Amino acid sequence: MSFSTVLSAVIQGLRVELIHVEADVSNGLPMFHMVGYLSSEVKEASERVRTAIRNSGIPMPAKKTVVNLAPATVRKKGASFDLPIALAVLSSMGIFPGEQLRDTLVVGELSLDGSVKEVAGVLPVVMRAREEGFKRCMLPIRNVREGALVKGMEILGVGHLTDACRYLNGEQTIAAVTGGTGRKTQEDRSKDEIDYSDIQGQEAVKRAAEVAVAGGHNLLMVGPPGSGKSMMAKRVSTILPPPTLEESIEITKIYSVLGMVDREHPLIKGRPFRSVHHTVTKAALIGGGAFPVPGEISLAHGGVLFLDELTEFQKPVLEVLRQPLEERLIRITRSQGNFVFPADFILICAMNPCPCGNYPDYNRCTCTQTQIQQYLGKVSQPFLDRLDICVEAPRIQYESLAMGNKQESSAAIRDRVCAARQVQRLRYEGRRILTNSMLGVNELKEFCRLGRGEELLMRKAFVSLGLTARTYHKVLKVARTIADLDGSEGIREPHLKEAIGYRTMDKKYWGR
Amino acid sequence: MMYEYWLALIPNLSDCKKRLLREEYKEGRVVYYIEEMRLRFLPFLQAKDVEAVLQARKEIETEKEWEYLAKQNIRFVPYFSEEYPKKLMQIADPPYALYVKGSLPQENTLSAAIVGARRCTPYGEEMALDYGRCLAEHGIQVISGMARGIDGAGQRGALNGGGRTFGVLGCGVDICYPRDHIGLYMDIQQSGGVISEQQPKRPPLPMYFPMRNRIISGLSDLVLVMEARERSGSLITADQALEQGKDVYALPGPVTSQLSQGCHFLIRQGAGILITPEDLLAELGIAKRELGQKTDKIEKTLENHENVVYSCLGFFPKGLSQLIAETGQDVSVIMQSLITLEIKGRIREVSKNHYIRVR
Repeated sequence: MSFSTVLSAVIQGLRVELIHVEADVSNGLPMFHMVGYLSSEVKEASERVRTAIRNSGIPMPAKKTVVNLAPATVRKKGASFDLPIALAVLSSMGIFPGEQLRDTLVVGELSLDGSVKEVAGVLPVVMRAREEGFKRCMLPIRNVREGALVKGMEILGVGHLTDACRYLNGEQTIAAVTGGTGRKTQEDRSKDEIDYSDIQGQEAVKRAAEVAVAGGHNLLMVGPPGSGKSMMAKRVSTILPPPTLEESIEITKIYSVLGMVDREHPLIKGRPFRSVHHTVTKAALIGGGAFPVPGEISLAHGGVLFLDELTEFQKPVLEVLRQPLEERLIRITRSQGNFVFPADFILICAMNPCPCGNYPDYNRCTCTQTQIQQYLGKVSQPFLDRLDICVEAPRIQYESLAMGNKQESSAAIRDRVCAARQVQRLRYEGRRILTNSMLGVNELKEFCRLGRGEELLMRKAFVSLGLTARTYHKVLKVARTIADLDGSEGIREPHLKEAIGYRTMDKKYWGR
Repeated sequence: MMYEYWLALIPNLSDCKKRLLREEYKEGRVVYYIEEMRLRFLPFLQAKDVEAVLQARKEIETEKEWEYLAKQNIRFVPYFSEEYPKKLMQIADPPYALYVKGSLPQENTLSAAIVGARRCTPYGEEMALDYGRCLAEHGIQVISGMARGIDGAGQRGALNGGGRTFGVLGCGVDICYPRDHIGLYMDIQQSGGVISEQQPKRPPLPMYFPMRNRIISGLSDLVLVMEARERSGSLITADQALEQGKDVYALPGPVTSQLSQGCHFLIRQGAGILITPEDLLAELGIAKRELGQKTDKIEKTLENHENVVYSCLGFFPKGLSQLIAETGQDVSVIMQSLITLEIKGRIREVSKNHYIRVR
């Protein structure tokens, strides 16, 4: 027995490619040779593998060892090939019978002493293994919980190379964990820490956030510094409907690829909230690199992306958000191919009304009209057009701090949001629409039909408030959501009026 | 006339000395061609002044500049011209020449200056519009600086009232400053004129602005200060107006508003107080014309809950949260009233969720 194969996998973007790790030990000049379009971290595996084998008490024979990672057209990267390479080499050396590893997918990084270290991206790899009909996966012991999220998969956790050898020789058993068990064991803890009832006053913003979440609309908050814009944004994730198991797995998959899952409680049960600093680069925001990895917008998938100090972001960075906001995914093209990452999130932005933040308080504001115009000019109109709801976050008054009234809790708001989402789900059943924010112009005609009185109101508003075609459509979408929250079949005048109140102000009229 | 223009263009020579030179020789052309020695004997010219004149002979391309004036439709009105406003001759340091696009104010018609802060509140802006319109409707010429804020609003008001208005600029009259007032700049030339003592093509520099203020007050019979901070250019104008013996009126505002502090200071000093445009007209001895009592009419056309919101609003922006606190109504109810009022044109959104009343 001089040749053997072990199966492993590599992650490209979010796609998983199966890799055959082949090893051959034969007579010849003693050497360890690795081929197969390897990145430098995979090339370095040869040193780790040889040392780890020797330190596990198995002498390396003075023979020619060739390792091939197939298919040769796929770029191999990452440290997860250490364990499969070691097992393939050991199997070729006749340490254990090769058939033992059939139907088993192996990933893991080796330390020089032979212990197996955790790797990133276990969840998508194990999911792919199940699709391909594997029965077992051999994973680093610290990745077992994550791998066990996949239903029906037998997970073997190994802590050391010798454990793996003994198991494959039949000298020792490893307690296999059957997948699907890890999904229920964990309750949601993130929700307990923050709640809407922490915020006193700010009714208008709370209401706007409720509408935004109910219809999946993007939200812009304008207000002076210290008015609690960030506080409000953070709490938006607490009123989002809880994710379904499929959504949770999808979110966890993205975090897994970036090695961001908790080892003990891998499944992400809450919806993500990603706050991005304004110095962020394009690549960090949408994902990038020569071999692209998901960026912040994909990490916010299924949850909330929060851009604080919107006007401080570089203009080109904001512009790249336009396409994912429309398509709810991001396509990144590289010479190696196309990568598609999910990016379905609610965008929440916050900004000051002027450079000093005090406009329109004339006693405090020190900005000239030109300065205000320049400040607002930092955000392009096409980008503003994608924000359906705009609301002011006012300076907090002493009265509202001192009153200490019992405020509505997140749970109560969440119930209303869930009900409104349910209405939308039923209405758009069989279509590719989930929320009102996804309505196109044709669907608007179908689902947002107005009565005569409402038609008249819109006509008047169009003329006297100077609405544009785009704001007209936005108002209709938001009004639909408000009607859904209200439990109303049709859109009524009060719904329209509230929606008109949420429109983004025309920059031309701002500060005059 | 071309040589008169050359004389006006001489840099580094004061208006006063130009005037004396012109008085001495009675004609610009003589000054241009006269021998250097004769100039040196003039008692009011120092050596450097003579140098300035000689330099100007060599350097100024008089003909080219003169053609430019004609091409731009700019009228050149020197101190000795018949057209030169008599009111300006009475001030301490009248400009040697004026450049005009459009026309000059009529001598025997009452002129009022409307001045105030560039960064003004909606209250000041609305009031300036109102006074401008009302004065214009009664045939009073409105003079101001065409600046942002109060100045522009006052002149726009005068245009709305179908009257004549004149903008005194701090740059050449062929330059529109601020540039976003290009519409106003064009309209003023149609029904009035833009005036400057700065020669054409001269950019707006900060030092020219206090200088042009003396022309604004000089051309006017009375000066209305709408909104001014405690130390501001508008107060300089008011001071100059008092020195020139003009009447100064100031518009009171809330005592808490920084932008009304200057006006209150003027009132304390004895300036006239502006209560309504009608009051002012009465004081000037002009009978007011028919003006409908529209204020209480508005309230009658509104529904009850709209009225509650409307009555809370004024000329200073009020936020949604304040309205909630004051009326005690629900957010969505207030929002609906606000949108209805906005559609009716009764209120205006000045910043997101901040509203003011519209007259």
